[in-house]
Amino acid sequence: MQINRQYRGVYPILAVLLILTVLLSACYGAVNISTGEIYDALSKTLSGHSDLSLNERIFMEIRLPRVLFCLLAGSALAVGGVLLQALFRNPIVEPGLVGTSSGAAFGAALYFVLGASLHFNAGEWTLPIAAAAGAMIATFLVLGLSEKKQTGKAVIGTLLLMGIAINALFLSGTGFLSYLARDPQARSITFWNLGTLSGASWHAVIITSVVLAICFWRSLSYAKQLNLLILGEEEAMLAGVSVQRLKREILIINVIMVAVVTSFTGVISFVGLVVPHLMRIWRGADNRYLIIGSALTGAILLSLADIAARVLLRPAELPIGIVTSVTGVPVFIFLLRKKKYYY
Amino acid sequence: MLTVSHLTYAAGNTLLLQSVDLRLDAGKLHLVIGPNGAGKSTLLKAMGGQIRPSSGTIRYGDKNISAIGYKELARIRASLSQQQELSFPLKVWEVVMMGRYPHVRENPGHKDTRYCREAMQLFHLETLADRDYMSLSGGEKQRVHFARIMAQIWEPIPGACRYLFLDEPLTFLDVHYQFQLMELLKTLLQQPNLLIVGVVHDLNIAARFADNILLLHHGKLIAQGNREQVLTSENIRNVYQLEPVVYEKDDRYFLAF
Repeated sequence: MQINRQYRGVYPILAVLLILTVLLSACYGAVNISTGEIYDALSKTLSGHSDLSLNERIFMEIRLPRVLFCLLAGSALAVGGVLLQALFRNPIVEPGLVGTSSGAAFGAALYFVLGASLHFNAGEWTLPIAAAAGAMIATFLVLGLSEKKQTGKAVIGTLLLMGIAINALFLSGTGFLSYLARDPQARSITFWNLGTLSGASWHAVIITSVVLAICFWRSLSYAKQLNLLILGEEEAMLAGVSVQRLKREILIINVIMVAVVTSFTGVISFVGLVVPHLMRIWRGADNRYLIIGSALTGAILLSLADIAARVLLRPAELPIGIVTSVTGVPVFIFLLRKKKYYY
Repeated sequence: MLTVSHLTYAAGNTLLLQSVDLRLDAGKLHLVIGPNGAGKSTLLKAMGGQIRPSSGTIRYGDKNISAIGYKELARIRASLSQQQELSFPLKVWEVVMMGRYPHVRENPGHKDTRYCREAMQLFHLETLADRDYMSLSGGEKQRVHFARIMAQIWEPIPGACRYLFLDEPLTFLDVHYQFQLMELLKTLLQQPNLLIVGVVHDLNIAARFADNILLLHHGKLIAQGNREQVLTSENIRNVYQLEPVVYEKDDRYFLAF
């Protein structure tokens, strides 16, 4: 019996991989930056000098926030997947399927189009809040409409089909807005539907890290309860879990987390699906391990995808959502076919 | 000790339980029998605090169950429910360890690991500990859940009773394990302050192992007591519409239909 030893050694491996990925991601892009330049840029900025060279400035103002934001986005999307899968006791659910991403996209598009024409601006938090509102509406529509009247439980088949319907509705809403929009806004909406990290800024990094720190801490505190929930709602109640409260909180955490990231990057799919799958195959399904492990692995994999997005068509760049879909879909199909118990 | 007084439970216009009165002592095996729809599961759920009765009270010792918080309840009562499908690759020991969750704040410690191990040994699960739960047979899964709920109330509580509720625990087990489980429950009952209530369908299992049999019919408690008092031809005829032949020899009591 290997009680409690199953998950040992996972985090050091992931931490090393994460550091390597961050270095790679910081060095390669439209412009290659050497490690010496990175060191100089950091030490000059920290000691208050402002005489940075062009490469050093590119690093500090464009590359570094993007690298950091990519880590945050990857971990948020992966953890969002873990939470939803535990909530629905089903490993094929992800934020994109239940309307969260398309709702967030719609909310953000509304902000781009209406906000610009009405000259409405409530500061830096307007965009994430608009996206969170859209995500909230879409997700609760999907869940509310797929609940059975008598039992109050959502059947997974109904849920997925309802997700398709509501996603279509919100995507066409976003399409309509981009049709209405004048050119610069329309362009940002299009990019946005494909998913991109090119808009990452220090301001996005700060907002997202504040939100994610709270969300991760809350999700970790619910990890054991989520373990009981995947055994069944009745089992969880018998073990002292207040199931209704747990479900509500997890859903809200998930929606906020995914919406904030989506408001800055647009729709990036398959991270929430593929990363938790990989983690489960690697070691197992304990949610304490899955949350931390998926956060790290999500950060690593999205960074790798971002490097590919920047380097493949250099000096132009691919939207990262295309990279994650192109690599994520085959992995997902492979996983579904290999592990028959997954569905 | 568990006391039920005037327990009534209504779902819509149907009365699933009608004014049930019971006093169950610790250290005895109480088995509930009755035809389908008699209210056996409802009674067990009410006694386990899973559903709130329409009227009447349930007391653990001298404490009304509605005054015990759900977290506190999880530390003193365990209940085997009808198992559901799991679609995540959890190890057997991980499932059993979840029984300890109500007792731990952060991560399970050495004590929890020991209890978990002992509970698994009880159900001969040592060799399956590292197996994927999903790869087990129905009977093996049932034993895993048994070990889990035993781990939940493994530790005796000084001066207080622990409650174990088993809703049709024999469903997925073969005859060998059915008898082994019943013997095991008898052994467990030698511990101080443990109270076990189970629902079974097999009247001969009840006759053989129960210290106290509760016969339910249409939500009412028809008879209660030892086998000679409850499993009479008259009771069986009234409740199951079957004419039994009762064999009594030495220490054996057997019903044939």
